[in-house]
Amino acid sequence: MKYMLLMHGVEEHEDGDDLAGTAPEAGATAHDEEEPCWMPWYREMTARGVGLLKGAMLQPSTTATTVRASGSEVLVADGPFAETKEQILGFDVIECADLDEAIHAASRHPVAQNGGVVEVRPILAMS
Amino acid sequence: MTDVQLAVTDAFRDEWGRVVATLIRMTGDWDLAEECAQDAFASALSSWTASGIPERPGAWLTTTARNRALDRLRRSKTEAAKLQEVVALNVPGEAPPADDSGVSDDRLRLIFTCCHPALTLEARVALTLRTLAGLSTAEIARAFLVPEATMAKRLVRAKHKIRDAGIPYRVPPAHLLPERVGGVLGVLYLLFNEGYSASAGEDLLRPDLTAEAIRLGRLLARLMPDEPEVAGLVALMLMQDARRGARLDSDGELVSLEDQDRSLWDTAEISEGTRLIEAALRRQRPGPYQIQAAIAACHTEAARAADTDWRQIAMLYSELGKFVPSAVVALNHAVAVAMADGPAAGLSVVDSLAAEGALDGYYLLPATRADLLRRLDRRAEAADAYRAALVLAPTEPERRYLRRRLAEVAG
Repeated sequence: MKYMLLMHGVEEHEDGDDLAGTAPEAGATAHDEEEPCWMPWYREMTARGVGLLKGAMLQPSTTATTVRASGSEVLVADGPFAETKEQILGFDVIECADLDEAIHAASRHPVAQNGGVVEVRPILAMS
Repeated sequence: MTDVQLAVTDAFRDEWGRVVATLIRMTGDWDLAEECAQDAFASALSSWTASGIPERPGAWLTTTARNRALDRLRRSKTEAAKLQEVVALNVPGEAPPADDSGVSDDRLRLIFTCCHPALTLEARVALTLRTLAGLSTAEIARAFLVPEATMAKRLVRAKHKIRDAGIPYRVPPAHLLPERVGGVLGVLYLLFNEGYSASAGEDLLRPDLTAEAIRLGRLLARLMPDEPEVAGLVALMLMQDARRGARLDSDGELVSLEDQDRSLWDTAEISEGTRLIEAALRRQRPGPYQIQAAIAACHTEAARAADTDWRQIAMLYSELGKFVPSAVVALNHAVAVAMADGPAAGLSVVDSLAAEGALDGYYLLPATRADLLRRLDRRAEAADAYRAALVLAPTEPERRYLRRRLAEVAG
């Protein structure tokens, strides 16, 4: 099955830092300064047979634009869909056997390990 | 009832869960499994009347339900893929495959799937009662005081989530097992408590739910003989249920443990519970249910209330607090201390709990304070505390008990 892991967490505003603010620093400093924070997770998942199909970190929600279309009119507004303390920080699309595997993948993700929340959503299969 | 009707009723109690569980594994379709199981039980009545009660009713029912599922899948061409699956699995008398856990009973798969933490607690309880215990949607709705349509929607939503979110139909692997067993036990104990001490409404007891919880607990204990916490929960439920006949007086009033007529306690349940908890504790892997069962055993072992070993109970509550660091456990510890060392000692523990504020809004806090103050003959303070408890008490019999006590100290 395919699942999207949606990362929710509090954004770091002061230094304009993105997901790196909520991601572990250890991975970046221990061995390889260039290694992104999610690499250990990626290796762990690959070893378990969990496929990582796509993933990205997002620019902070201050860069978001909300679009609504009403008939021929397009309504554009600055800011995210919902002004909440926790915003979407990024996402990963994984492929694994079942929800238990997806829950495990989410629990090991750097965002979850650093106080963020991961929403696990099954992707609708197109047949 | 005729012999056949009786046999079908017995088979329903004993075999429903097994038939549904097997059909779910074969077809992967929860609704189809339930419908075909229902059909099989319906046709048993006429078929057994005509050709006699089969030697193994469970096998007859499973085969009939499976054939029904095959028929239905054959007819629906869009489900060709499913049909292949069924044909592949359709080996007569085949034993279900054992998974990582080494357990091969389909009912165990079913209960772990019903109690998966990705479902809401209400959904877990409802699904367990529907699919494993065979209660109808209407019966479950009545038990939880919700409209039948609401309960039906809850069940449909839960089954869809299992299918669409890919909740696996299996006994969890070893590394997940302790946590998941805890989740299953939590559902069973909630079910028991919902029957034993109804959280809402006029009736204090709903014995159907307690009986179902005990039945499912026994089943789980048979299927998982190496889990002492499972035996601990069954022992706990049995020993609490044993006191059922003495909990209410002839007017439906609540009788406190010390005032209960102990000759009304169910000795068969007590000895079964005692046997279970003693065997479980010998495994030296204590847990919260085993400790609570040991506490219940301290009560049931005492021939008179005055013989109760409160020092042992106080010690057990303090052990329990290490597993379940909750204010309610701390309150029970305070009560045991009061019984062992006197009401003044208990009151000081209760007052420090009240100061922490974690029990605000919980009626047993002022009710316990009131009882201790009454024992210390501080009547005015006791009356105030009874009044505070009355405002918070959730059911009518509990309120009547408090009003009676209030009249004693205020009068």
